[in-house]
Amino acid sequence: MAAEQTKSGSTPQRRTLTVKPTLLGDKVFFGITSFTAYFSIALVGLVLVFLLIRAWPALQHEGINFLIGSTWDDSVQPMVMQIFPMLWGSILLALLGVLLAVPMAIALAYLIEFLAPKPIARVATLLVDLLAALPSVVIGLWGLFVFTPVAEGWSELLHKTLGWLPFFANETGNFSRSPFIAGWIVAVMIVPIITSVTREIFSQMDRDLINAAKALGGGMASTLTRVILPTASGGIVGGTLLGLGRALGETVAIFFVLNLSFDINWFDVSEARGGSIASMILSKLGEATDYEISGLMAAGVVLFVSTLIINFIAGYIVNRAQPWRK
Amino acid sequence: MNLSTATSHLRSEDINVWFGERHVLADVNLDFPSNQVTALIGPSGCGKSTFLRTLNRMHELIPSAGLAGSVLLDGQDIYGDGVNPVDVRIKIGMVFQKPNPFPTMSIKENILSGLKLSGRKFVNGDDIVETSLRRASIWNEVKDRLGEPAISLSGGQQQRLCIARSLAMEPEVLLMDEPCSALDPGSTRRIEETIEELSEAMTIVIVTHNMQQAQRVSHQTAFFLAEDGNPGTVVEFGSTDDVFNRPVDARTNDYVNGHFG
Ligand SMILES: Nc1ncnc2c1ncn2[C@@H]1O[C@H](COP(=O)(O)OP(=O)(O)OP(=O)(O)O)[C@@H](O)[C@H]1O
Ligand SMILES: [Mg+2]
Repeated sequence: MAAEQTKSGSTPQRRTLTVKPTLLGDKVFFGITSFTAYFSIALVGLVLVFLLIRAWPALQHEGINFLIGSTWDDSVQPMVMQIFPMLWGSILLALLGVLLAVPMAIALAYLIEFLAPKPIARVATLLVDLLAALPSVVIGLWGLFVFTPVAEGWSELLHKTLGWLPFFANETGNFSRSPFIAGWIVAVMIVPIITSVTREIFSQMDRDLINAAKALGGGMASTLTRVILPTASGGIVGGTLLGLGRALGETVAIFFVLNLSFDINWFDVSEARGGSIASMILSKLGEATDYEISGLMAAGVVLFVSTLIINFIAGYIVNRAQPWRK
Repeated sequence: MNLSTATSHLRSEDINVWFGERHVLADVNLDFPSNQVTALIGPSGCGKSTFLRTLNRMHELIPSAGLAGSVLLDGQDIYGDGVNPVDVRIKIGMVFQKPNPFPTMSIKENILSGLKLSGRKFVNGDDIVETSLRRASIWNEVKDRLGEPAISLSGGQQQRLCIARSLAMEPEVLLMDEPCSALDPGSTRRIEETIEELSEAMTIVIVTHNMQQAQRVSHQTAFFLAEDGNPGTVVEFGSTDDVFNRPVDARTNDYVNGHFG
């Protein structure tokens, strides 16, 4: 009999294959999990809709200027609300935070996972997790009373030695409440999440790869930079962006240590002028008129959407950076 | 590029190994003459892989590892004062049981990875890549896709790529820990042919659970055994022909004839 011949002589009909639950228990479980999943998606949508409705008056009046303009003036009627300096400030803080936090987090994760003896590694992990659990108002107070005086010194030193670089220029001689200091605070707040994601990825790494690198004459540094980091990069970027999402929305701690100013500060990180959407909302909310609240809601929408975009990019990068993972 | 024909003589003297307090290898004295293939055989857990790792100082990377004895490469103790383990590993290459190409690198980058990892200067990277891949008899299969990720290769090809990666370092000795255990018979045969060709240029030590493979590729064989709770030792060591056909020790006879282990 020829192998390709079927019993009935013609190609049998296609069956419908499903993975629907059949047992009662499975059905209940399936129902609950799908409900929860859809509910949380709906919730995010509802929050956005609510924000948009409340934000509409301001958005309608300002148009695109809300995003790209730089004036916030309540002495005129109706008041002018444009948030670009705050938006850029948030981005600048996020960049500074990441710049400072990523090397710290990688070093910490490497120490915990590969270098430190077990007891020390355990203590270090505990401390990092503890840092993540600190309420941001505590970090803010620490930032204001303890860290600012120290960081002012660093900032001044950077200005004296590297002041010819545009970043460290400072015309006012005032080094407090600057993006430089706020960037450090952001870094402190996102180091724990980046560290724990990185540590997790390091610990899941195939030890054979590291052994292969060592067996090929790799030293500690070259093994880290050529094998461990490239292999872990997708996850590290993912963890960093997760942290960034948090940093962008960070309100209270930044409020304590940063001077908000609608005079755009592109990159003079040591000047006492900066921006942060979240902190701006906090600072204005107390005595805002109805119309002003609408503007603050619109700022909330911008924050919300930027966080979504970052998460989106995070997902994309994590997938792209690890083509061997499926 | 000229192929290195200089081979060297490796020798273990009274190698003892501990993991924590556990003594897992006792007094291993083996001689690995130039251009010879030595097979290490023995039941699971008797310490073959552990012994292999002492030969290129990979052993010390395990946190609880302890060691006594010495390993001589051309008469020089590789554990001696002032000997850099990195230099030892450059001279004594290693191929692992599971193929482990670097997943972030292309085929070509994998071949050059050792040179970069160890910080050695090189010119003519392309020549090194071609020569190494040819010696590992995988050049024809990959020559048109050198830029593709190494993990796009099949398991057998990946293992030969890993051999090629070690060969790019021009090692004097090549250690292989069950290099074919994850592979199909076809890939296994090709790797065995590769081993035979390589032995003209270097000293090879191979751990294998496959008795036929030991007989096909090796010139001499060492039989390891760890008897109930005692550290592993070498029960018998001699020419492969002798160990398999005229074993002196009854336990060797049982093992090579499949009576235990
Ligand atoms: N990293 C380690 N830590 C503690 N003990 C270990 C470690 N590696 C191996 N051992 C112990 O050392 C002994 C020898 O192990 P080894 O892996 O060398 O055996 P093997 O002969 O290679 O076995 P197999 O044929 O299964 O690969 C075993 O008892 C094992 O439990
Ligand atoms: Mg083994």
